Amino acid sequence: MVATSHDVMPDIELYQPTDEDNALALASQLGSDGWLLAGGQDTFGWLKDRNKTPSAMIELTQIDAWKGIRETADGVEIGAVTTLTEISKHPLITERYGLLAKAAGVVASPQIRNVGTLGGNLNQDARCWYYRRGLDCYRAGGNLCYADSPEGLNREHAIFGASRCVAVSPSDTAPALVALDATMVIASASGTRTMAAQDYFIGPARDITHMTALNEGEILTAVRLPASWANAEYYFEKVADRNVWDFALVSVAAAMKVSGGAISDARIACGAVECTPRRLEAVENAIRGQQRSEDLASRAGDMAVEGARALNYNHYKIPLMANLVKRAVRG
Amino acid sequence: MAYMHIGKDFVPPDVPGKVTGRIKYAEDYTRDGMVYARLLTSPIPHARVLDIDASEALAMDGVYGILTADDVYPDGEPQSTGLKILTNEPTLVGEPILAVAAIDEKTAETAIARINVTFERLPFVLDPLDSLAEGGPNGYPGDNNTFVFRQGFAQEKWSADQVASFRAGNEPTAEPQQTWELGDLNAAFAESEFIYETTFTTAGYPHHSMEPRSALAYWEDGKLYVHGTSQSLTALADDMAGIIGVPKEDLVFINAATGGGFGQRARAGSIPSMAIPAKLSQKINRPVMMRVTREEEFTIGGARQGFQGWIKVGFKPDGVMAACDIYIISDNGGKGGGGDASSAADCIDVLYQPDALRFRGTSIVSNTGHRGAQRGPGQNQIAPIMAPILDKAADALGISRLEIRQINTPRTGDVAGPQQTPFTSAFMPETLRLATEQFGWEGRQSRRRQRNGSKVVGLGIGQGYHNAGRSGMDGIVSMGTDGRLKIHNGVGNLGTYSYASTSRAAAEVLKMPWERCDILNERTDNHLPITSPQDGSNSIFTNTRTCFGAATDMLNKMKEIAATDLGGDPADYDVADERVYRISDESVGYTYAEVAQRAMELGGKFTGEAELPEELAEWTQISVSRLAGTAFLGVYHDPRHAGNPPGFTVTCCEIELDLETGKYEILDMINVADSGTIMHPQGMKNQLVGGAVWGIGLSGYERHLYDPQNGLPASTGYWQSKVPTYLDTPVKIDTGWVDLPDPENPVGARGVGEPAMGSVSAALTAAISDALGGHLFNAAPVTADMIINHLAGTSEDAKPLAQNNFRG
Repeated sequence: MVATSHDVMPDIELYQPTDEDNALALASQLGSDGWLLAGGQDTFGWLKDRNKTPSAMIELTQIDAWKGIRETADGVEIGAVTTLTEISKHPLITERYGLLAKAAGVVASPQIRNVGTLGGNLNQDARCWYYRRGLDCYRAGGNLCYADSPEGLNREHAIFGASRCVAVSPSDTAPALVALDATMVIASASGTRTMAAQDYFIGPARDITHMTALNEGEILTAVRLPASWANAEYYFEKVADRNVWDFALVSVAAAMKVSGGAISDARIACGAVECTPRRLEAVENAIRGQQRSEDLASRAGDMAVEGARALNYNHYKIPLMANLVKRAVRG
Repeated sequence: MAYMHIGKDFVPPDVPGKVTGRIKYAEDYTRDGMVYARLLTSPIPHARVLDIDASEALAMDGVYGILTADDVYPDGEPQSTGLKILTNEPTLVGEPILAVAAIDEKTAETAIARINVTFERLPFVLDPLDSLAEGGPNGYPGDNNTFVFRQGFAQEKWSADQVASFRAGNEPTAEPQQTWELGDLNAAFAESEFIYETTFTTAGYPHHSMEPRSALAYWEDGKLYVHGTSQSLTALADDMAGIIGVPKEDLVFINAATGGGFGQRARAGSIPSMAIPAKLSQKINRPVMMRVTREEEFTIGGARQGFQGWIKVGFKPDGVMAACDIYIISDNGGKGGGGDASSAADCIDVLYQPDALRFRGTSIVSNTGHRGAQRGPGQNQIAPIMAPILDKAADALGISRLEIRQINTPRTGDVAGPQQTPFTSAFMPETLRLATEQFGWEGRQSRRRQRNGSKVVGLGIGQGYHNAGRSGMDGIVSMGTDGRLKIHNGVGNLGTYSYASTSRAAAEVLKMPWERCDILNERTDNHLPITSPQDGSNSIFTNTRTCFGAATDMLNKMKEIAATDLGGDPADYDVADERVYRISDESVGYTYAEVAQRAMELGGKFTGEAELPEELAEWTQISVSRLAGTAFLGVYHDPRHAGNPPGFTVTCCEIELDLETGKYEILDMINVADSGTIMHPQGMKNQLVGGAVWGIGLSGYERHLYDPQNGLPASTGYWQSKVPTYLDTPVKIDTGWVDLPDPENPVGARGVGEPAMGSVSAALTAAISDALGGHLFNAAPVTADMIINHLAGTSEDAKPLAQNNFRG
């Protein structure tokens, strides 16, 4: 048996394209051997522990076209390698899409937000410690889940949507983008396609080794926020063990249009309860057209957790999720 | 008493280096020809190495050699639970099996990946109760699960019914390994009006020092030089020589600064890994740097014992604690252990002075990180368990929560512990008063349990204790003909500045301006005296005694030289302004430079060549012999003191707990100490604030998780272990101290390292309990998920008493 190694980078080819075409050509050419590198916060642990062994890295941070925040005819477009700090402080975001500004502003720590990017936060891999440890679980190509077992440590794991793997979506910005009905811009050597944020994140039932709909050779280049949800009433809350650094135990992101105390429209998503941001369409339908009240909020919270299934150590997530949804609806 | 230095702030000499980054830690050193070592550690929690095939690795370019347990223990590994340099029978994941040296770390790591180790898997266990049950797995060598002092490895078993009964919340019925008892327990319980009985758990918590235990070693001119990490310079080096197998006089240990030492850098037996580069360097004849990774640091660094316990406490109608009966199963980890459980009971006896107390304890293996020192052996684990129980008793008896602590407080003249040791002094009543007055405790009572939306206010008060002083060590001061005072201090620089604070006692004796003093520390070839291992809050008490004594020896010699040369009796002389002068005529005297010159001319006892204290330790003798004849010397051996010099703290805090999220904010906190005379106010404040952060971690956040399926550690770094961050602690933590002198120390000082954590942990847990209407979790830590589960009435699938190690 060979022991695991830690904290030493292996030899690896580093490509630093400065334009889109080169980057996309490299992504196409290298396929799964070409690791996409942005802020590096999801990258270096994998590589230094040698639990992922790509032969090359394609650094995306020198491509200006994929950086920055700009106004468009139908809202705002954010380059995928824009840092989380910039997003959390940019006037276009803070003034019109405060939900995303708040979500980006509570990711990890200031140091990580200064280098971490929106694309990196959205595309980061599962944080299940068994998987990160390099064990041969389903997600790593094996045939068991160590977390969903009689003795598994699964305090942070899923209460919805388990399908062999019970890891959750770790991203703080992902539920905010789902709530804002964002559009993801995906480029490859053969062209560009777009898809709704809600469809971008995929669960283990569809593909247990990936958490997004990105195909080999594709790169998330931008995220578009629609004008239709600008300046809505927002609620974002992340409950984590610690107030810095930690991933959410449960988070909630809500965008609501409220008039005269009545909710005319709403989009609500929770993070860290499922492998993808969990859109709460049933709750949205139930509260649409309703007058805001404590009773409505409580009923929304209860409805949000219907069908939840606790593992050994994450029972608390059910009342916590119900409470957060209640707070979001209560406002 | 008016002092020149004591009780005054100053800038310790290492501060500029730390602020500017110029000061060097072990990893910052280099040496011509230096190569790099990497470790292959066990991936299995309990195994036996059957074969090591390193042929492919050793054939690689740039690979210089390998070191295995067979190299370091040619006569076989020691049969004890202590840490080994390397091992062929690992008892925890991450235990070092071998080291490889190569031209760079990447080559060494690639070589490690090409070594095939054949392991025989052996049974492992994470829950000591699983091992304790008849037929349960045994995690120590030879199918054993405990270690009996002077007997070796052994098996300790309870019946399955006995374990099940304990897990169900009942008093354990099996015979304990250890027991001691004070007073008439049954009679005391019979007098009790309120009795609280419960099982409880406390998690182990590891060091997570910022600086990992890296080391550089090389051999030159017959001497071994080790650049390492420690929290007690000479005490550690003294033992390290034996572990490496080099004569004490041939070891030079260099350690200018240490990035955190919380007990397990105090003694060489806690860091035998520093012998790896030393042995490897000897084998391949090159300087070897071994840089320890964060994950390796978790394993090598060790952790405090966790408890699974049962306690029954009785209070009389007037609030006096009548009786305490406590039974603790200590999680011994895969290596070592400690006397935490007995110390926890001792702490209860110290802080609450019950009429009767019985301690029973048993230590059992788990194949997890090794256990040992970590800021409070038992006192801090039990603090968050006891504080809410006191509050419950106070509420039940209609006494205020402050009063019940005042009623039971230790005082000067009291005794405590299995030996009923008297305190040298005890100012807990004054500390309680100062803390509560400064905090406005009484004025805040109206806010207790007040609701504000989903949030509720909780108030907590807690007490901390640790024995805070030893004696029997040595001191050396020297003076050259320039008249500067050199304080040879073997105290390590672990970040508390105690090496400098204790040196101030020598300057005080000689009334020496601080800028005319030089502290010689940092490396053992600075001719340093032996010190006590710097653990257990003892540095200030222990080493002010030695520094004071050595300076007093020099002072007496100054007076003797002056009297001999200038007439009169030594008692006719005093010192000031760097002069020894005749009291009746201040114009008669010598400057310090002149008296040092005379000492050099006189030689003999004045320069360390004669009349040395007979009891000097071997290490000090070597240092003095090397200094002899080169300078005017003051040399001192400190006799043993009598009694227990305690370090006490009291913490008050106010929190606001959100009943919908389980999260809370600490609105205000104060941490107040009784540690005798304060040597260095800024250092004291740092200790109290630093301890507070640790206490917050112990009570609210820190985890020590291992996967029951394969024994892998799940909390090896700062992320998963959940040490508190800046935003989890109050913006401001107030501090204070009573500053009353202890009679057993020449300047009245005692230490305070450990208690500063325990009282905070106690107060915070009490505040959480208060906010929840008096609900007791009987556990540490209490995390947000536990609070939510409690409030929602949800329950987990965890086994009872399953907090430590393996509660997801």
